[in-house]
Amino acid sequence: MIGLAHYLILTSLLFGIGIFGVLSKRNAIAVLMSVELMLNAVNINFVAVEKFVTPGTGLGQMIALFVIVVAAAEVAVGLALVISIYRHKKSVNLNDFNLLKW
Amino acid sequence: MSLNDMVFIVLAIITLLAALGVVLSRNIMHASLFLVLTFLGVAGIYFQLNAGFIGLVQIMVYAGAISVLIIFSIMLVMDVEIGKTNLFNQSVPTILTGVYVSVLLVCGLAGAIWFTKWPVSSIQAVDQGVEKLAGLLLGPYVVSFEVAAILLLVAVFGAIILAKGVEDK
Repeated sequence: MIGLAHYLILTSLLFGIGIFGVLSKRNAIAVLMSVELMLNAVNINFVAVEKFVTPGTGLGQMIALFVIVVAAAEVAVGLALVISIYRHKKSVNLNDFNLLKW
Repeated sequence: MSLNDMVFIVLAIITLLAALGVVLSRNIMHASLFLVLTFLGVAGIYFQLNAGFIGLVQIMVYAGAISVLIIFSIMLVMDVEIGKTNLFNQSVPTILTGVYVSVLLVCGLAGAIWFTKWPVSSIQAVDQGVEKLAGLLLGPYVVSFEVAAILLLVAVFGAIILAKGVEDK
């Protein structure tokens, strides 16, 4: 029988995969894609907890909707930043982005 | 094991394998297509959780809009050999840190989740469609709703200005 714990373990695995991608990839767009994985994991958490703990309130789905809005804004601004940096440095390798390093 | 449980298991396996494909594939175009598959798997999990509206929003916003945005910007910024576009960081300590942090996080979270007594409600959930959500969004949470609208507007302006670049006078 699938319960709340199975959903939460699935989402923690998804979040772990995302955080591994964020910490170990070299391409800026790959890091943004891993951040999307993490946000998706959080969204499943909200919807699953709402279904099992407070069914019928709609609160978890509403917060998931807000997270989707913020994720859309985040990926638009992030990709614009990547394109803007690429125009200056001709690279999307994160090791080359060291303007603020001394 | 009911049909619903089997659907969950199949969707979970698809989602996790596609997420691993995003992180492990060496070609970033393959990674982005795996990302679309992950989004669709997550949408299936929403449908399986009786959250049909969120599933539809997931398909439209993530699998539709965000993946197209990512694929287009990959095409704009890639000028090296395509098989080497999604490599891991060269420094081994960085990769080891990533493995360490993610494994520690997953083990800690899974242990905590498994041994917690969740206050599971006995009421059977039904999908009320979009009515309940609309009542919340335009009722008690209308301020957050408007702030989200303003956030999207600001993000659109910011993205245009950042991508277009400021012209030197």
